Amino acid sequence: MRSPESPVLTIDGLIKDVGPLASLDGKMLRVVSGLSMFAERGQITALLGANGAGKTTTLECAQGLQKRTGGRIGLLGEDPDTAGASLRSRVGVMLQDGGLPPSARPIPLLRHIAGMYRNPLPLDGLVERLGIDTFSRTGVRRLSGGQKQRLSLAAALIGNPEVLFLDEPSAGLDPQSRQIVFELIAELRDAGMGIILTTHLMDDAQRLADYVYIIDAGHNVAEGTVAELLSHGHDAVDGVAERTLFFDAPAGLDIAAAIGDGLTITESRAGSYSIAGTLTPQHLAKLTAWWAEKGIMPASLRLEARSLEDVFLDISGRDIR
Amino acid sequence: MTSTTPALTAPHAGPAPLVRRILLQGRYETLTMVRNGEQLILAVIMPLLALVGLTVTPLLDGLGASRVDIATPGVLALCAMSTAFTGQGIATGFDRRYGVLRFLSTTPLGRTGLIAGKIIAVLAVLVLQVLVIGAVAALLGWHPRPEGWLPGLGLLVLGAAAFTALGLLVAGTVRPEATLAITNLLWILLGALGGIVVPAERLPELAQSIVHFLPSGALGQSLRDAFLHGSVSPQYVLVLLLWTIVPGAAAVRWFKWN
Repeated sequence: MRSPESPVLTIDGLIKDVGPLASLDGKMLRVVSGLSMFAERGQITALLGANGAGKTTTLECAQGLQKRTGGRIGLLGEDPDTAGASLRSRVGVMLQDGGLPPSARPIPLLRHIAGMYRNPLPLDGLVERLGIDTFSRTGVRRLSGGQKQRLSLAAALIGNPEVLFLDEPSAGLDPQSRQIVFELIAELRDAGMGIILTTHLMDDAQRLADYVYIIDAGHNVAEGTVAELLSHGHDAVDGVAERTLFFDAPAGLDIAAAIGDGLTITESRAGSYSIAGTLTPQHLAKLTAWWAEKGIMPASLRLEARSLEDVFLDISGRDIR
Repeated sequence: MTSTTPALTAPHAGPAPLVRRILLQGRYETLTMVRNGEQLILAVIMPLLALVGLTVTPLLDGLGASRVDIATPGVLALCAMSTAFTGQGIATGFDRRYGVLRFLSTTPLGRTGLIAGKIIAVLAVLVLQVLVIGAVAALLGWHPRPEGWLPGLGLLVLGAAAFTALGLLVAGTVRPEATLAITNLLWILLGALGGIVVPAERLPELAQSIVHFLPSGALGQSLRDAFLHGSVSPQYVLVLLLWTIVPGAAAVRWFKWN
């Protein structure tokens, strides 16, 4: 937990009901129930959660696109529901579905949006950075997913915002586009922009985010830096974090006898072992000494750190919803 | 990162002035409409066909004026319905589907600017339509009463307002495919039987009793009154006002942005 220093966005106890829905006999559905978070200037804050967790709804309430049912939101200190053009000019939004007219061409569209601001970013620089010049003569309708995402990002940035909202920014991105987009986002963060993004991809959060909120069923269930989250529920002592060692060796070995208790040892199928827990160099030394003594040479050997995905699944459960 | 990174920061200076934002959006929407082939067919080609068709056939004979004098005001009314109702309705419906309305409402343009831009685009296209139809009608021998122009243009704007309100109401409440179907179907039905190009007295009896209360009949008949006789019937103005206010209020209340 931390406290706000120079927040660009504060959300306190957000509640959002939608409906009435025919599928619920005309009842309202609570899609966000008491979500609280804040995002700092000069940081990338990620909302991480499964599809349907309430991430997009939360962003849209913060952007003033949906009226909230309850709770408080401060976007650059103002209420987004009553915000005027002045606040909107300081906030860039990249929607999940793009929001670009299919018949438009990239450059005239960006020029048009730039006209809404008194002092927009130079178009040429942005176009070059995001590689839009390579498809500038193609209509939006015919762009690939990655090209559309890059154009949407340019449209969100052209007004030179202080706050940037990115809803699933890596959706549909090929590896090259992803590289370009991630580099630019990190650079904008370093230049002082407050960036809030949603993602259901652990890898995105792990690579980009300074601070992560894990969202489940409409509220935040865990938060912290990626490092903090990785040690979640396993208090990191002296910087020793949880790891898992995987190896293949002859079936039926009594590993516990070799390295002692305190670790989770499983033989998922005959001869395929995993040892999970707070592994130390001493554990590895014991194990390899034991192999040497018994004349065992593993067919494969792999050590993995606990991933954000494990944390996420531990926290939000492994059930398919 | 490359060494030739173009500058991506600039001092923040706020939004462009409101009037500039609205005019920009109006120009953008106008260009989008006139570049769209289907919209042009609906906005210009179909009314021209109606004008020529009604001038070369005896359908409007015996109504006390020349064919083209009776046909042209109705065709202008048809233009307003094409652009404001069917054209703008379909465009808005698909803009809503693709999230364009949501994205633009997060920019300094906002929802108000977006609607204002659409109204400007409708009026701009309407001006183009009046020029084209007026010119072709003049070639066909149209002689409008000079004093009919002022009320005529006023009624045309009022009619466009009513049809815009109706178009936005449909576009904002049903799926775009349904908007497409509804607005095209109504365009055909109202165009043929709504008292817009064919005066009420030439319609089936059932239609005659109701067309005066429809926006199509009120606009068509009042434009014929204006350009044929230089007169304005308050009844039709009232009908058009009601068709502007009620659907307009309903659109404000029920329009779904996403």
